[in-house]
Amino acid sequence: METMKLERNKRVKKLAVWTWSWVATMAIATFGPIYIWDDHAFLTIFAIVVNLANGILMILANRDLFNHFDELEKKIHLESMAISLGLAVVVGLTFSLLDQRDLIPFDADIGFLVMFIGITYLVAMLINTRRYK
Amino acid sequence: MKNRLRDLRTAKGMTQEDLAEIIGVSRQTINAIEKEKFDPSLPTAFKMAKLFEMTIEELFQFEG
Repeated sequence: METMKLERNKRVKKLAVWTWSWVATMAIATFGPIYIWDDHAFLTIFAIVVNLANGILMILANRDLFNHFDELEKKIHLESMAISLGLAVVVGLTFSLLDQRDLIPFDADIGFLVMFIGITYLVAMLINTRRYK
Repeated sequence: MKNRLRDLRTAKGMTQEDLAEIIGVSRQTINAIEKEKFDPSLPTAFKMAKLFEMTIEELFQFEG
Protein backbone atom coordinates (compact mmCIF):
# COMPACT_ATOMS: atom_id res chain seq x y z
CA MET A 1 0.00 0.00 0.00
CA GLU A 2 2.94 2.31 0.73
CA THR A 3 4.21 1.76 -2.80
CA MET A 4 0.72 2.50 -4.13
CA LYS A 5 0.52 5.70 -2.07
CA LEU A 6 3.97 6.82 -3.19
CA GLU A 7 3.08 6.16 -6.83
CA ARG A 8 -0.24 7.99 -6.37
CA ASN A 9 1.50 11.01 -4.81
CA LYS A 10 4.03 11.05 -7.64
CA ARG A 11 1.25 11.16 -10.25
CA VAL A 12 -0.74 13.79 -8.33
CA LYS A 13 2.37 16.00 -8.10
CA LYS A 14 3.05 15.52 -11.82
CA LEU A 15 -0.52 16.56 -12.65
CA ALA A 16 -0.27 19.56 -10.31
CA VAL A 17 2.95 20.72 -11.99
CA TRP A 18 1.46 20.47 -15.50
CA THR A 19 -1.81 22.09 -14.42
CA TRP A 20 -0.07 25.08 -12.85
CA SER A 21 2.30 25.49 -15.79
CA TRP A 22 -0.72 25.29 -18.14
CA VAL A 23 -2.43 28.06 -16.15
CA ALA A 24 0.79 30.12 -16.20
CA THR A 25 1.29 29.70 -19.98
CA MET A 26 -2.40 30.54 -20.49
CA ALA A 27 -1.88 33.79 -18.55
CA ILE A 28 1.25 34.58 -20.59
CA ALA A 29 -0.56 33.87 -23.89
CA THR A 30 -3.51 36.04 -22.77
CA PHE A 31 -1.73 39.04 -21.26
CA GLY A 32 1.68 38.83 -23.00
CA PRO A 33 0.51 40.41 -26.29
CA ILE A 34 -0.98 43.34 -24.35
CA TYR A 35 1.56 44.01 -21.60
CA ILE A 36 4.85 42.37 -22.65
CA TRP A 37 5.46 42.11 -26.41
CA ASP A 38 3.02 44.62 -27.89
CA ASP A 39 1.03 42.27 -30.18
CA HIS A 40 4.08 40.80 -31.94
CA ALA A 41 2.43 38.06 -34.06
CA PHE A 42 5.25 35.49 -33.90
CA LEU A 43 5.58 35.73 -30.10
CA THR A 44 1.81 35.50 -29.69
CA ILE A 45 1.59 32.36 -31.85
CA PHE A 46 4.60 30.89 -30.02
CA ALA A 47 2.96 31.54 -26.62
CA ILE A 48 -0.30 29.93 -27.80
CA VAL A 49 1.51 26.86 -29.17
CA VAL A 50 3.46 26.48 -25.90
CA ASN A 51 0.18 26.72 -23.98
CA LEU A 52 -1.44 24.09 -26.24
CA ALA A 53 1.52 21.70 -25.82
CA ASN A 54 1.39 22.26 -22.06
CA GLY A 55 -2.34 21.49 -22.09
CA ILE A 56 -1.76 18.20 -23.92
CA LEU A 57 0.89 17.20 -21.36
CA MET A 58 -1.57 18.09 -18.57
CA ILE A 59 -4.19 15.79 -20.16
CA LEU A 60 -1.63 12.95 -20.38
CA ALA A 61 -0.71 13.45 -16.70
CA ASN A 62 -4.41 13.32 -15.82
CA ARG A 63 -4.78 10.07 -17.77
CA ASP A 64 -1.77 8.63 -15.91
CA LEU A 65 -3.41 9.46 -12.59
CA PHE A 66 -6.76 8.05 -13.73
CA ASN A 67 -5.10 4.77 -14.76
CA HIS A 68 -3.72 4.45 -11.23
CA PHE A 69 -7.19 4.65 -9.63
CA ASP A 70 -8.75 1.43 -8.40
CA GLU A 71 -12.11 0.17 -9.71
CA LEU A 72 -14.32 2.14 -7.28
CA GLU A 73 -12.38 5.37 -7.78
CA LYS A 74 -12.65 4.93 -11.57
CA LYS A 75 -16.41 4.38 -11.26
CA ILE A 76 -16.82 7.51 -9.11
CA HIS A 77 -14.79 9.63 -11.55
CA LEU A 78 -16.52 8.22 -14.64
CA GLU A 79 -20.00 8.86 -13.20
CA SER A 80 -18.97 12.39 -12.26
CA MET A 81 -17.52 13.01 -15.73
CA ALA A 82 -20.73 11.71 -17.35
CA ILE A 83 -22.87 14.08 -15.29
CA SER A 84 -20.50 16.98 -15.86
CA LEU A 85 -20.27 16.38 -19.63
CA GLY A 86 -24.04 15.96 -20.00
CA LEU A 87 -24.77 19.13 -18.07
CA ALA A 88 -22.08 21.06 -19.97
CA VAL A 89 -23.65 20.14 -23.34
CA VAL A 90 -27.28 20.73 -22.31
CA VAL A 91 -26.81 23.83 -20.13
CA GLY A 92 -24.08 25.18 -22.44
CA LEU A 93 -26.38 25.09 -25.47
CA THR A 94 -29.26 26.59 -23.48
CA PHE A 95 -26.94 29.39 -22.39
CA SER A 96 -25.81 29.89 -25.99
CA LEU A 97 -29.43 30.06 -27.23
CA LEU A 98 -30.27 32.66 -24.58
CA ASP A 99 -27.23 34.69 -25.68
CA GLN A 100 -28.14 34.42 -29.41
CA ARG A 101 -31.64 35.76 -28.71
CA ASP A 102 -30.24 38.49 -26.42
CA LEU A 103 -32.20 37.19 -23.45
CA ILE A 104 -29.23 37.52 -21.08
CA PRO A 105 -27.45 40.82 -20.42
CA PHE A 106 -23.92 39.44 -21.09
CA ASP A 107 -22.04 37.30 -23.66
CA ALA A 108 -21.93 33.50 -23.28
CA ASP A 109 -18.13 33.34 -23.02
CA ILE A 110 -16.28 29.99 -23.03
CA GLY A 111 -14.93 30.89 -19.57
CA PHE A 112 -18.42 30.43 -18.08
CA LEU A 113 -18.59 26.93 -19.56
CA VAL A 114 -15.16 26.01 -18.17
CA MET A 115 -16.19 27.24 -14.70
CA PHE A 116 -19.50 25.40 -14.97
CA ILE A 117 -17.76 22.12 -15.91
CA GLY A 118 -15.32 22.51 -13.01
CA ILE A 119 -18.06 23.20 -10.46
CA THR A 120 -20.41 20.42 -11.66
CA TYR A 121 -17.52 17.91 -11.71
CA LEU A 122 -16.52 18.88 -8.17
CA VAL A 123 -20.10 18.64 -6.86
CA ALA A 124 -20.70 15.32 -8.66
CA MET A 125 -17.45 13.94 -7.18
CA LEU A 126 -18.49 14.95 -3.65
CA ILE A 127 -21.97 13.41 -4.04
CA ASN A 128 -20.66 10.18 -5.62
CA THR A 129 -17.90 9.80 -3.02
CA ARG A 130 -20.51 10.09 -0.23
CA ARG A 131 -22.76 7.53 -1.97
CA TYR A 132 -20.12 4.81 -1.65
CA LYS A 133 -19.04 5.61 1.93
CA MET B 1 -24.77 -8.62 -4.28
CA LYS B 2 -24.48 -10.01 -0.75
CA ASN B 3 -21.09 -11.08 0.62
CA ARG B 4 -19.35 -12.47 3.72
CA LEU B 5 -16.29 -10.30 3.40
CA ARG B 6 -16.52 -8.47 6.73
CA ASP B 7 -17.00 -11.71 8.72
CA LEU B 8 -14.14 -13.46 6.95
CA ARG B 9 -11.83 -10.48 7.31
CA THR B 10 -12.47 -10.01 11.02
CA ALA B 11 -12.15 -13.78 11.59
CA LYS B 12 -8.64 -13.52 10.15
CA GLY B 13 -7.92 -10.53 12.41
CA MET B 14 -7.37 -8.22 9.47
CA THR B 15 -8.24 -4.53 9.17
CA GLN B 16 -9.78 -3.06 6.04
CA GLU B 17 -6.41 -1.43 5.37
CA ASP B 18 -4.64 -4.82 5.58
CA LEU B 19 -7.10 -6.42 3.16
CA ALA B 20 -6.90 -3.45 0.79
CA GLU B 21 -3.11 -3.75 0.72
CA ILE B 22 -3.21 -7.46 -0.11
CA ILE B 23 -5.88 -7.11 -2.79
CA GLY B 24 -4.39 -3.93 -4.26
CA VAL B 25 -7.34 -1.56 -3.88
CA SER B 26 -8.11 1.37 -1.58
CA ARG B 27 -9.56 0.97 1.93
CA GLN B 28 -12.65 2.86 0.74
CA THR B 29 -13.24 0.19 -1.89
CA ILE B 30 -13.08 -2.60 0.72
CA ASN B 31 -15.49 -0.63 2.90
CA ALA B 32 -17.93 -0.11 0.00
CA ILE B 33 -17.82 -3.83 -0.89
CA GLU B 34 -18.41 -4.86 2.75
CA LYS B 35 -21.38 -2.49 2.96
CA GLU B 36 -22.68 -4.00 -0.30
CA LYS B 37 -22.72 -0.60 -1.96
CA PHE B 38 -20.26 -1.66 -4.64
CA ASP B 39 -19.75 -4.94 -6.51
CA PRO B 40 -16.09 -5.78 -7.14
CA SER B 41 -14.64 -6.61 -10.54
CA LEU B 42 -14.03 -10.27 -11.42
CA PRO B 43 -10.23 -10.09 -10.85
CA THR B 44 -10.80 -8.52 -7.40
CA ALA B 45 -13.42 -11.15 -6.54
CA PHE B 46 -10.99 -13.91 -7.59
CA LYS B 47 -8.20 -12.42 -5.44
CA MET B 48 -10.54 -12.27 -2.44
CA ALA B 49 -11.81 -15.83 -2.95
CA LYS B 50 -8.22 -17.09 -3.26
CA LEU B 51 -7.17 -15.24 -0.10
CA PHE B 52 -10.01 -16.76 1.94
CA GLU B 53 -9.57 -20.17 0.26
CA MET B 54 -13.10 -20.49 -1.07
CA THR B 55 -14.98 -20.14 -4.32
CA ILE B 56 -16.42 -16.85 -5.53
CA GLU B 57 -19.92 -18.30 -5.09
CA GLU B 58 -19.20 -19.02 -1.42
CA LEU B 59 -17.95 -15.47 -0.88
CA PHE B 60 -20.51 -13.58 -2.96
CA GLN B 61 -24.21 -14.38 -3.32
CA PHE B 62 -25.85 -12.96 -6.41
CA GLU B 63 -29.42 -11.72 -5.87
CA GLY B 64 -30.94 -11.80 -9.33
